Amino acid sequence: MHVPADYYLRILPELVLTATAVLIMLIEGGARLGSRAALSGTVALIGTAAALASVAVQSAHRGEAFSGMFRVDGFSLFFHGLIIAATLIVLLLSIGYLRAQRLQRGEFYALLLFATVGMCLMAGSVELIMVFIGLEISSICSYALCGFWRASARSSEAALKYLLLGSFATAFFLYGIALTYGASGSTNLYVIARSLSDVLAGHGSLILVAAALMFVGLAFKVSAAPFQVWTPDVYEGAPVAVTAFMSAGPKAATFAVFLRIFYVALGRYSHTWFWMIWVAAILSMCLGNLGALRQTNMKRMLAYSSIAHAGYVLVAFAALGEHGISAAMFYLACYVAMNLGAFAVISNLAQQNERFIDLHDYAGLGFRFPLQSVCLTICMLSLIGIPLTGGFLGKLFIFKAAFQNHLVGLAIVGLLNSALAAYYYLRVIAFLYMRPATVEVSQPQRSLSMNVAMVACAVGVLWLGIAPNSLLNFVVHSAGALTGR
Amino acid sequence: MNSQPNYMANYLPILIQLGLALGLSGGILALSWLLGLHRRTRRKLAAYECGVEPVGDAQNRFAVRFYLVAIIFILFDIETVFLIPWAVVFRSLKLFGFFEMLVYMAIVLAGFFYIWRKGVLDWNTPERAE
Repeated sequence: MHVPADYYLRILPELVLTATAVLIMLIEGGARLGSRAALSGTVALIGTAAALASVAVQSAHRGEAFSGMFRVDGFSLFFHGLIIAATLIVLLLSIGYLRAQRLQRGEFYALLLFATVGMCLMAGSVELIMVFIGLEISSICSYALCGFWRASARSSEAALKYLLLGSFATAFFLYGIALTYGASGSTNLYVIARSLSDVLAGHGSLILVAAALMFVGLAFKVSAAPFQVWTPDVYEGAPVAVTAFMSAGPKAATFAVFLRIFYVALGRYSHTWFWMIWVAAILSMCLGNLGALRQTNMKRMLAYSSIAHAGYVLVAFAALGEHGISAAMFYLACYVAMNLGAFAVISNLAQQNERFIDLHDYAGLGFRFPLQSVCLTICMLSLIGIPLTGGFLGKLFIFKAAFQNHLVGLAIVGLLNSALAAYYYLRVIAFLYMRPATVEVSQPQRSLSMNVAMVACAVGVLWLGIAPNSLLNFVVHSAGALTGR
Repeated sequence: MNSQPNYMANYLPILIQLGLALGLSGGILALSWLLGLHRRTRRKLAAYECGVEPVGDAQNRFAVRFYLVAIIFILFDIETVFLIPWAVVFRSLKLFGFFEMLVYMAIVLAGFFYIWRKGVLDWNTPERAE
């Protein structure tokens, strides 16, 4: 059996991340040092940075690997970069956060990296079984991470809820894979596409059921309505650093799988699954934004907001074709940047035992903690979709794609929702700068890594809003590669 | 292959098998209930514990270590299961297969090292308070 060296270069980020995570476990088990967790954190940071750099190596070796199971093209490169960058930011913020919560354990970093490996596999796989394995790797790690704050009952509750509902959703996804295999005789997405075009007659209903089952599993993971019920509780219960992680990487990876499966394998059947996406998009936007209006807990508010943002991405999804895919990809990049930025600030201000997590704690902080407040403001403005931020351009492309494909109703619902959402995002800014302080919030700990995370996200949001051309070109090209065949 | 008109007819034997299994097990249970004697004494209704007198009920609290050991057992069991197909095709995989398996075993051993150092295998140490 001959395996070309290229194959290993094509999965280099995964290899680097796995090696780093195993090394962290060895450090945790072996070193009898006082600052084991700090060492693990540093190793994790270096490893993730190396993985991000190795995406460049990966991009020089495009093509398929391991009997067509894995594929390096523009689409998977984009998501590799996005996911690993998100993990890097989460690492930066969690180093300070874990110290403040006295939760310093190297296992946190190992789990985070293993989850990232799973997500990278999801982004690159063109094989349903491989996709499933990637999904499981990342999910199991996130279940454990949710319950990482063991002294907190809420954290355990979140982990249990996520585990039970998540496994249930995974079972749906697996059933969908089985039926797809039954209808097409393969688990490779490109082979499925070919064989479905051959045996068009009579299998429409089977494909519809298979698509619906896979849709349930994936919609759960991206917390799209009507499968979003778990989101607020889990996001609220999990430690902020984990919430930040869950709202960014896994969502992007699952959308990558979502787009790949539905456009590549089931693209011919878009008339059957289009309405599922359409309904889910409208429900997610409306339920997410309406739910967020009443929340004063910052984590819970952002949980509902992430449901709404999943809805916006689904609008791009429903706007079939290249425009839709590229809009969805660009929006995901913006979403990851602005959401992580908001969570970075929240995790910095939360302090020990997450004391300051309510909106009312944020009153009057604007001039006391200028760095945090400016970063939070930029991210909130971007979440609303104010020009000069990434959120604005992302929404613009999504609604443009929707109009181009004559989804006027969907676009109008989306625009109305954006207006509605402005209320609760602006309320945060208003509390920061226009309300007198009611709660004595103590000085958050100084942490260089947290500051770097906050500033990097804010700068990223502005960069995506002001000079997005290079990324846009890349996204449009790679979206073309996805639909090209 | 699956465009045959009687595609679903392939499942007929399974359906028959299912019917037989249900009928047989249900029938035997029903017969023993119909024909058997019903003497509901206190001793007969007690839970059967290998012929020993039952002591207390089963709703005790177990040490969480039992679960931990069970999980680790299953994990390592599955990991050895991977070795069998590898051993079967060992010759055709040549040196490549050998080194791949070495890498795999190294990762398994890293996990083993970790749980060992964390004291999971040590039954006597008192559980650390969190």
